[in-house]
Amino acid sequence: MTVDDTTFLLALSGMLFALGLVGVIVRRNLLVMLMFLELMLNGVILSLVVFTQLLGAEAGAVLVFLVFVVAAAEIAIAVPILLLLVRTGRTLDPGAYAGLKG
Amino acid sequence: MTIETVFLMVFALGALTGAVAMFFLRHPMRVALALIGTMVSLAAIYAQLGMHVIAVFQVLIYVGAVMVFMIYAIMLLDVRDRSFTERFSPLLVAGLAGLLLLLGVLIDGLLRGQPFPAVDVPPDAFSVGTFAIVFMEQFWVYFALTAVLLLVAEIAASAVIDIRRRGQDVAAAQAERGNDRG
Repeated sequence: MTVDDTTFLLALSGMLFALGLVGVIVRRNLLVMLMFLELMLNGVILSLVVFTQLLGAEAGAVLVFLVFVVAAAEIAIAVPILLLLVRTGRTLDPGAYAGLKG
Repeated sequence: MTIETVFLMVFALGALTGAVAMFFLRHPMRVALALIGTMVSLAAIYAQLGMHVIAVFQVLIYVGAVMVFMIYAIMLLDVRDRSFTERFSPLLVAGLAGLLLLLGVLIDGLLRGQPFPAVDVPPDAFSVGTFAIVFMEQFWVYFALTAVLLLVAEIAASAVIDIRRRGQDVAAAQAERGNDRG
């Protein structure tokens, strides 16, 4: 991988993160917002992979694997919470849950 | 320009196209398919970089587990309310302004940054065998800790669902008692 490829992939990583962040802010559907969160995480993982490959550090590959595992668990917990919310409020619009205060 | 760079650009374009399409598609199922396209393109980029283990994990865990779970949830929650008819929240203009600002800062940082140092990496540094040996020799404790944390999280999620169910049972019993009195 050349220096230009590294810069190019880091730019892609930043763009994916920025698109994911803005998607979470501007979309109105809770499921779609959850998918934009995954997009943000994918952008971060891409930068982690690029630096791991650049530096030849095996620990980085292990860290990526652990992040994958945690992401899978995160979605396994987030979706049931979403199901419970929709059973209560009957809507996927986050504005309908503005009364939730923890 | 080498053939590897061309492949990288093609897959990067695929990933970016999927991410941008996610903004404009209305139905969550189509958004999920666009995200799957992005994830598969990223897996191809990882494979192109020689990180075959990560590419396999990306397809197995993200596309094979996370997105399948998400698609089940979309099928279960086919709600056609305001979140379906109106794609964007009132924060659309502010969000797009934030996106432009973020992209500007990113491009500026990459253009001004110092070039990355080149390190000689052995060709088999990220093969499955090397990864497995390093993982089992040095990092198995971290994986065990992660597994324990995940178990705790799953138990907590089950507890939340159980509390909710008990609350509904109590409410149903109270309503039944009220009906009997009436």
